[in-house]
Amino acid sequence: MIAPESLPRVLHGATGRPLTLAQHEEAFGPMPTATPSLDLLESSGLTGRGGAAFPTARKARLIGEQRGHNKFVVVNAMEGEPAAHKDRTLISANPHLVLDGAQYLARVVGARHVAVCVSRDDPIMVNHLQRAVHERDRHATRAVSFELHTPPWRYVAGEESALVHWLDDNESLPQYRPRRPHVLRIGHAPVLVDNAETCAHVGLIARYGADWFRRLGTPTSPGSTLVSVSGAVARPTVLEVPLGVPVRAILERAGADPDPQALLMGGYGGAWLDARHLDVAYANDALAPLGSSVGAGIIIVLPRSGCGLIETQRIARWMANESARQCGPCAFGLPAIADDLARLTVDTPGAGAAYDRLVDRCGAIEGRGACRHPDGVVRLVRSALQVFSAHVEDHVRGRACAASRSNHHYSAVPTLEREEELVWE
Amino acid sequence: MGVRRRAGGFVLLVNPILCDGFGHCAELAPDLVHVDEWGYPVIVTEPVPLANLAALESARYAVRGCPRQALRIERVSDAH
Repeated sequence: MIAPESLPRVLHGATGRPLTLAQHEEAFGPMPTATPSLDLLESSGLTGRGGAAFPTARKARLIGEQRGHNKFVVVNAMEGEPAAHKDRTLISANPHLVLDGAQYLARVVGARHVAVCVSRDDPIMVNHLQRAVHERDRHATRAVSFELHTPPWRYVAGEESALVHWLDDNESLPQYRPRRPHVLRIGHAPVLVDNAETCAHVGLIARYGADWFRRLGTPTSPGSTLVSVSGAVARPTVLEVPLGVPVRAILERAGADPDPQALLMGGYGGAWLDARHLDVAYANDALAPLGSSVGAGIIIVLPRSGCGLIETQRIARWMANESARQCGPCAFGLPAIADDLARLTVDTPGAGAAYDRLVDRCGAIEGRGACRHPDGVVRLVRSALQVFSAHVEDHVRGRACAASRSNHHYSAVPTLEREEELVWE
Repeated sequence: MGVRRRAGGFVLLVNPILCDGFGHCAELAPDLVHVDEWGYPVIVTEPVPLANLAALESARYAVRGCPRQALRIERVSDAH
């Protein structure tokens, strides 16, 4: 039993190697054999840790109410965000906790299969999970079967409909869902998709109860969460923090620059947060008025010496390249936005026109894709224009900042791949 | 007799994955659809009352005229 107020929770007992099943049961205690109940999840108030923060119990209830005796639970450990390392850290510490949670969810919704999805570009993670699943199979007396799937690594491949599309039809492309909530299906079988960290929390709630879970965090967003901090920090880390702590405290623990210029919250589809708001609580209801969110638990620290526009431009360029190119507004609009940002950052005479065009295009693209990929980029660009407004003014007037002439960047954007080399299946 | 009550409204919806930007919808239903700079449709999002027969008819033309069959009319009943 972990003491209620102590941290880490999901990273408890980490030894640097993934815990074996025996070590895992010693560290966390055995899973209760009682009939699993949705009410337990409901009263815990757990929300999804993959970015959307949707209540896990409500999603499980929706899938539980569907007909079908062949349902799936999909554990999403794809980690499409280049700045996120939390699923990797979690699975290289406690893979069995994730599988425990997935198994519990499977029993709640009546699923027979658990499909663990991890990107094939990360062989170490694949190896860890393969071992863990194999270990379970040997000790198994269970009605739930585990299978490991390895889709290609793409930004949008971790989006739930793209992931289910891959499991169904071997294509990591998002699907069109006109009505929400939408029940995703593999063949005819309903699918419950949950992030790996969410599953780990479920594994703890199943053991120790909802009240234990609520002892950390705020009443509206209880529990702890994993945060990947990178950028201007001593070294990029993954921390487990209670929700609702001040952002400044997280930065201190990560050894970040004490006087940053801005923070990118929530990942590449997230929003910039001005450093004036460093004392805001790290929870969605406190961050929402500032146009920001916890997202997938990513903080990128931008120091005073960096240029927010350049970082945004690099991220937008990469995100445009990662578009699945299914929807016109995303396939053509995101490169156009990236071009506008590039024109804004180098001092050409057309910078003022580029700024106006950029604002128009952001409005034109929003909400017109099948998935939220273009909306994320629009949110990022809009927040950049707002947070760095004085800076943008300088760039438009042709007074490019010193940082834009240096080659040092703070967001570790992967190198662009050529369009014909992108692997989708 | 024979009087149909046209309460509620409709919206024209596009499946952005199917849509290839032929632009027929913007010609067939110019009041509901205009195209963006890349030729993809931008559709009026607020429901149009079903009593607006001209708009409904043009929306139907747009649905039938779409080469990719990406358009759909959906009734919304909360307009009354």
